Amino acid sequence: MSLEPRAGQTPSILKKSTWIDFGIRLTAVILALVFTSLILVIAKAQPLEAYKSILQGAFGTTIKFTSVIASWVPLVIATSGLLFTFTAGLWNIGMEGQIVMGAVFTVGAFRIFDETGLDPSLVIFLAFLAGAAGGIFWALLPGLMKIYGGVNEIFGGLGLNFVAKTAAIWLIFGPWKRPGVASGSGTEWIDIPFRLPYIPGTNLSLTILIIAIIVAVFTAIMLKGTHFGLRLKAIGKNDKAAYILGIPTTRYFLLAFGLCGLFAGIAGAILVTSKQYSLIPDAGFGYGFLGLLVAMLVNYHPIWSAVIAFFFAALSIGNTELQYMGLNSYFAGVLQGFLVLFVVLVDGVRKRLVTKL
Amino acid sequence: MKISFQHINKWFGKVHANNDINFTIPSGTIQGILGENGAGKSTLMKVLTGFYQADSGEIFLDDKAVTISSPEDAVMMGIGMLHQDPLDFPPMKVIDNFLLGTRGGLFPNRKQVEKDITRLSQEFDFQINPDSFVETLTVGERQQLEILRLLWLGVKVLILDEPTTGISANQKEKLFATLLKLASQGLTVIFVSHKLEEVEQLCSRVAVFRQGQLVGEVMPPYDTDQFVYMMFGKSVEVADKSTFRSEVPYIKLENISLEDYRLRLRDINLEINCGEVIGLAGMEGSGQRLFLRMLTGLMRPVGGSILYGGHNFTGRTYPVFQKAGVAYLPAARLEEGLIPGMTLTEHFILSEEHHELFVNQKSAIDLTEDRIREFYIKGTPASQIEQLSGGNQQRALLALLRNKLRLILMEHPTRGLDIESAIWIWSKMKERCKDCTSIVFTSSDLDEIIQYSDRILVFFGGLVSKPIDADTTTVDELGQLIGGKGW
Amino acid sequence: MDVATLTTLAGIVEYAVPVLFASIGENFTEKAGLINLSVNGTIILSAMSGFVVAMTVDSIFLGFLVGAVVGAIVAAIVAFSSITLKQSQVAIGFVLALLCRDLAYFLGAPYTNKPGLFLSKVPIPVLADIPFIGPVFFNHSLVVYASYLFIIIAYVFMFKTRSGLMLQGIGERPSAAFARGANVKALRYFYTILGGLLIGLAGPMYSLAVKIGWAGQLSGLDGIGWIALAITIFGGWNPLRVAFGAYLFGGLQQLGITLQSTTNIPIQILQAAPFPLMIFTLLLVNVGRAEWVDRELAAMPEKPRIVLSKILRALRTSPPASLGVPFENE
Repeated sequence: MSLEPRAGQTPSILKKSTWIDFGIRLTAVILALVFTSLILVIAKAQPLEAYKSILQGAFGTTIKFTSVIASWVPLVIATSGLLFTFTAGLWNIGMEGQIVMGAVFTVGAFRIFDETGLDPSLVIFLAFLAGAAGGIFWALLPGLMKIYGGVNEIFGGLGLNFVAKTAAIWLIFGPWKRPGVASGSGTEWIDIPFRLPYIPGTNLSLTILIIAIIVAVFTAIMLKGTHFGLRLKAIGKNDKAAYILGIPTTRYFLLAFGLCGLFAGIAGAILVTSKQYSLIPDAGFGYGFLGLLVAMLVNYHPIWSAVIAFFFAALSIGNTELQYMGLNSYFAGVLQGFLVLFVVLVDGVRKRLVTKL
Repeated sequence: MKISFQHINKWFGKVHANNDINFTIPSGTIQGILGENGAGKSTLMKVLTGFYQADSGEIFLDDKAVTISSPEDAVMMGIGMLHQDPLDFPPMKVIDNFLLGTRGGLFPNRKQVEKDITRLSQEFDFQINPDSFVETLTVGERQQLEILRLLWLGVKVLILDEPTTGISANQKEKLFATLLKLASQGLTVIFVSHKLEEVEQLCSRVAVFRQGQLVGEVMPPYDTDQFVYMMFGKSVEVADKSTFRSEVPYIKLENISLEDYRLRLRDINLEINCGEVIGLAGMEGSGQRLFLRMLTGLMRPVGGSILYGGHNFTGRTYPVFQKAGVAYLPAARLEEGLIPGMTLTEHFILSEEHHELFVNQKSAIDLTEDRIREFYIKGTPASQIEQLSGGNQQRALLALLRNKLRLILMEHPTRGLDIESAIWIWSKMKERCKDCTSIVFTSSDLDEIIQYSDRILVFFGGLVSKPIDADTTTVDELGQLIGGKGW
Repeated sequence: MDVATLTTLAGIVEYAVPVLFASIGENFTEKAGLINLSVNGTIILSAMSGFVVAMTVDSIFLGFLVGAVVGAIVAAIVAFSSITLKQSQVAIGFVLALLCRDLAYFLGAPYTNKPGLFLSKVPIPVLADIPFIGPVFFNHSLVVYASYLFIIIAYVFMFKTRSGLMLQGIGERPSAAFARGANVKALRYFYTILGGLLIGLAGPMYSLAVKIGWAGQLSGLDGIGWIALAITIFGGWNPLRVAFGAYLFGGLQQLGITLQSTTNIPIQILQAAPFPLMIFTLLLVNVGRAEWVDRELAAMPEKPRIVLSKILRALRTSPPASLGVPFENE
């Protein structure tokens, strides 16, 4: 079965016309907006009002705007990780579970070091390390199952998503339950010194912003300028030939999964230390799936992922405002889904037109 | 059925694949179509069978102008084609293969069809069991199956495209006998080939193609030199038969046994000397590929040992072999050898060893430009590999080989290439033999094997012959062995 | 046999039905050479729309019809993107899986936990009175009886009819099928949409018959579509084996329900139980394909090697050779 995203033949004349490219993207965005407006009408809502309230919800106040950036951070980190696996031709759909495992390990580390009296910043650092380890561990599993068991990473990853979530639930209701009665709202909160402080007057921690920028820049450099990136690309396009050419494909597959897991784990740790302060059943907040959509949209370009991720984050945050119109927060998913759908379709139409010319 | 082509033209982009083709094939004859690869003979046949539509011109069947717009149309009009690689369905049963695509009610009458297959097989002295799976048949048997199927469908014109590639001497004899019998029954047979000898032996008339044009029609008695002149426009220069084989053994195989789920090769012993070229002959699927992959470390033998320059490499993996100077050029260039979607430059960066983190674009482009010149590759450093022609892809593969190599393994190194490219490629490879590089290669072209090998191994159904000296053997002798005679 | 056991067994037969339709639907699609990865979203969206339509127009039939149409539309998008536009089948399928799910949760919100219609049980006279067999197999709603017929029809169609042979042909070797007169693209469209229609039926089967009602994200449907995809692989693209996989999954779900009532394990944990099993079965049917297995086998002595490789090959399932590969008639 060939499930890898293979880049088909892209005739070279395409690459020159950035304007046509831009027009095509714009068409996709417009189509997506038309369809989501239709959906809003079906849901008996005023589309324009809905979009306005999303904008309000995302950029209306400093708090809201910084919330968007705080939400951009894990998304851009997740997307960066996924760019490595995408480049290697892998669909790491297990990303969501890897973020959850990152959160689980982070919370676990806080529980261990809670009473030791170590310096809080050291404990936070250790918790991030633990989170990274958790993400890597959970990402290597589908990698190993693919390489040594022949199980397509899509199914391995999906299965592990559910297993990770179940593990979190088991911990919340079992060994890590709150004193008194266990509750689906999560474990006990971590102590205040362990929470990353916000920039005064905002909803954003400076630390996580810096981490996100480092991760995004690192990803762009690795993928676009190094032998490592080129080799990953070769494997992604034709792993058999890459192996014959002398690239140790197994090692690179695992490296791609490992890097992706590393970033997933960091994203999980960030969510624990700067957002939720505890382990909840939905500890990944859907950032893994959202990251997959962003990675698909940007078509392997690390720079664009920062922009698109910001847009998606704004949608997700602004979207919560819709509850005042009696709509639920799945709207962001609908709009994001339509966007990617139309980008894929419109891009296909463009390729078809060009091959016909 | 009488077939007549009138002013057929077919273009592919800038290539004029069929240039004003006019000729007539009378019914009940065996018409030879002779020409090099790329001469336009396959294109014309695909126009006749509805795979392509001619850009202009007309086809007449029994003096009636017809439009053939799909392969199905062709079969309905009584034209059937046996493709070089039989267009059948390997994981399915013979009887299902027979039925697939037939018209009729929802439930086919399997009993009746089974009887028909048995009857037809007997008539032509084939042994085909309706219940066996196609993937268990040899290429020759799959051809027989296709011929039976087409006859069963009632074709009056049978086109065979290079049918003798990959079948045994026995099967070839049987095939020729069958074709003669069919022609005597009034069927029109079109035999497409680039092998002079076969065409001379079988055909009652021959049309010769060169570069998209019909250069002439010839009736017996045939003159081989005339054919060669017509096909190539000049007498072909014969490639040099130089040898650089030394007496120093470098690779030693001791009691090697290989296995996959279909085939078992037992106790192969062989020494490969420095600078030696060894050709592997045999029908496709007789074990040559297993043997090559064993020599690269891609497949692990189930018994015996492999010694490279005195070191035991048994059970080592491909990267270890590669480090020791082994290179592998697979037959499926775009599947296993090159990476579609990447440029020539990127390929060269990948193939070179490196120690720094960042790619040095400038030196990579310089290197690529050097190699493009040295290997006469038609393309630029920024060309995507899949945009190159087959011949240029093969040149690129050669250009990607590292400098110091001890052993090069090639599958069908010149398949699909024109004769001049083939000669050029071999001269390039022989240069490497001077530096003590050994070569092991497979080919379905016996002439190529005898021409370029020092010694030859013949594979037949899991058996491997003792090394045969290429200077003293003949195409005939090898053909017998490939067909299972004289073991 | 006591009543509880009979109820459990009947539950397995019932719970397998929607998965069975979805998996065999996907089986049709994949036999033709396409992968429709949207199953998970399709089932949820068609469950919601089937439920809502049945409730608002007061017709169960229309509910099922709308479910099927939703599935067919989603599949048509997959087909258009993959066959005509030659875009990645995984990308389009995955996006649709997410989009359809969110769409269902968004549009279905006003109808959450509303009472609606459902199919009642229709015991088959005479047959339902047979001891054991009667209560297990013949005391169900109509969809369950339809599933028995469906398995047989799907199997016979695929392997015994002329059209079925051509279906196998276009998935195995489209170029050869084309040479024998098949309009490969049109047939791939047809079977992808047919498969989508069957997948779409699975939705209302849940919301109108098996897991009655619509409860938004608490409907417990998220994840089932992915299992259905895995069952198609596990079943080796053969409807009989696929049906067996579906019953296995039905058994697991039923086991969850039983355990939930007898122990106090949180329901979410029981719902996740099939997933490790899915991974395990995929390992079992695929491990024979891995390269290291060949190498390890080659290092073994003859006897165990032959036995082991026979076992691995018997377990292994092979997909249609051109699954996921676009076709262009030259």
